[in-house]
Amino acid sequence: MSYYEGLPFFLLLVLVLLVAAVLGWMEKPLGQYGFVVSLIFAALIFGGKPESLFYLLLFYGWSMLLIFGYARLRSRQGRKAGVYHAVVLLALLPLVLCKVTPLFHLNIFGFIGISYLNFRVIQILIELYDGVIKEVSFAETTAFLVFFPSFSSGPIDRSRRFGADWSRKLSREAYMELCGRGCWKLLLGAVYKMVLAAAAYKVMGYFETGHIWYQWVVYAYAYGAYLFFDFAGYSLMAVGSSYILGIELPDNFNLPFISKDIREFWDRWHISLSHWFRDFVFTRFVMFSAKKKWFSSRLQRACVGFFVNMGIMGLWHGVSVSYILYGLYHGALLAGTEVYQKKSSFYKKYKAKKWYQAASWFVTMQLVMFGFFLFSGKLVELIG
Amino acid sequence: MREEVLELLAEICEDDGVKEDMELELFESGLMDSLGFAEFLVELEEQFEIVISPSEVERGDINTPEKILALVEARR
Repeated sequence: MSYYEGLPFFLLLVLVLLVAAVLGWMEKPLGQYGFVVSLIFAALIFGGKPESLFYLLLFYGWSMLLIFGYARLRSRQGRKAGVYHAVVLLALLPLVLCKVTPLFHLNIFGFIGISYLNFRVIQILIELYDGVIKEVSFAETTAFLVFFPSFSSGPIDRSRRFGADWSRKLSREAYMELCGRGCWKLLLGAVYKMVLAAAAYKVMGYFETGHIWYQWVVYAYAYGAYLFFDFAGYSLMAVGSSYILGIELPDNFNLPFISKDIREFWDRWHISLSHWFRDFVFTRFVMFSAKKKWFSSRLQRACVGFFVNMGIMGLWHGVSVSYILYGLYHGALLAGTEVYQKKSSFYKKYKAKKWYQAASWFVTMQLVMFGFFLFSGKLVELIG
Repeated sequence: MREEVLELLAEICEDDGVKEDMELELFESGLMDSLGFAEFLVELEEQFEIVISPSEVERGDINTPEKILALVEARR
């Protein structure tokens, strides 16, 4: 069995959610139930793959050791930057091994969901250091990490937000309202993924082997549509399922194709990822470099920050030329947008005009589509 | 204190309007963004020794001068 794939998964999903809806209607707290069914899904999915199961358990043990060990150290010693950095690096080790060892034909820590689990572990560690999280609970942290709707590919939730939902009790009216919105998202997600993404995939197939430039263009657009409907569809199903379990996972997409500039695009595309990077990489890089006075101006700081942020995001997708180029490409676009919007008198004069916004939208979409083309690996394949 | 924080905010947003209109929407109006917010947090720490973590507050809790003042006030 796999998450969101095949009949057995979906049959069990429907059963699990029906029971949740009955429990919610009876005003029973759903947190424990969600925890137990998440463990059952994990057992069914990893049970048949001993190697994955081994790495999953190792990852879980390692992460819990770091979280609880660091929570103790933090409350005893206070904010010590050296210890904090060491702990974050240790927490990143499994992910680094998972991404790098395939280059040497090994597959250490290669289990489904590790990339997304790692974000959530790091978030807890950083917020412990910041003093935003004061104490951690064993059951709640485990429930947060194993929560099945978002286990394999997000959306990336935050532990404090999850914890508040996990331990709350909803009134019948509030639950039925949430459950209704959850059902709608679940069904819409299924249509996105199984109808629209599948159609876009067919179109890609027709143009995949093309040799003429306009065939690549059609391929790039079809790939963009596929990427959106596939991932937004999955995300909607994950969010919908979690609503029915009483947990309001954050949304991942918000009409990305109406964006009028690249910055707006990243506020609408894979939102839980880009906001995670904003809060834990970009903002922190900008703050750190401002305190250390590495750069002479705000603009320089921002531009380097965008490159670092998107470069790491690219690498996180996988250690390959296409992904790294994709990250740097978006870093360059964000930095360019920042300079242009801060410096250009043309922009300041016309930004409110309808024609300017229409043109800006059109240019943004072409840049986005070219980015997807890079991401698909097709461009590197064609050139290389 | 109130005046000094508003002065800092006006400097970051490059707009004196934030000192007048306490209900001004900072993010949707484009006056503030992730970058401006990061710079604001650094200055808060350096000028007033108030430490606020970037992931601690939601955008909806800091989107007007009034809300920012309330947050800073609560942290003194």
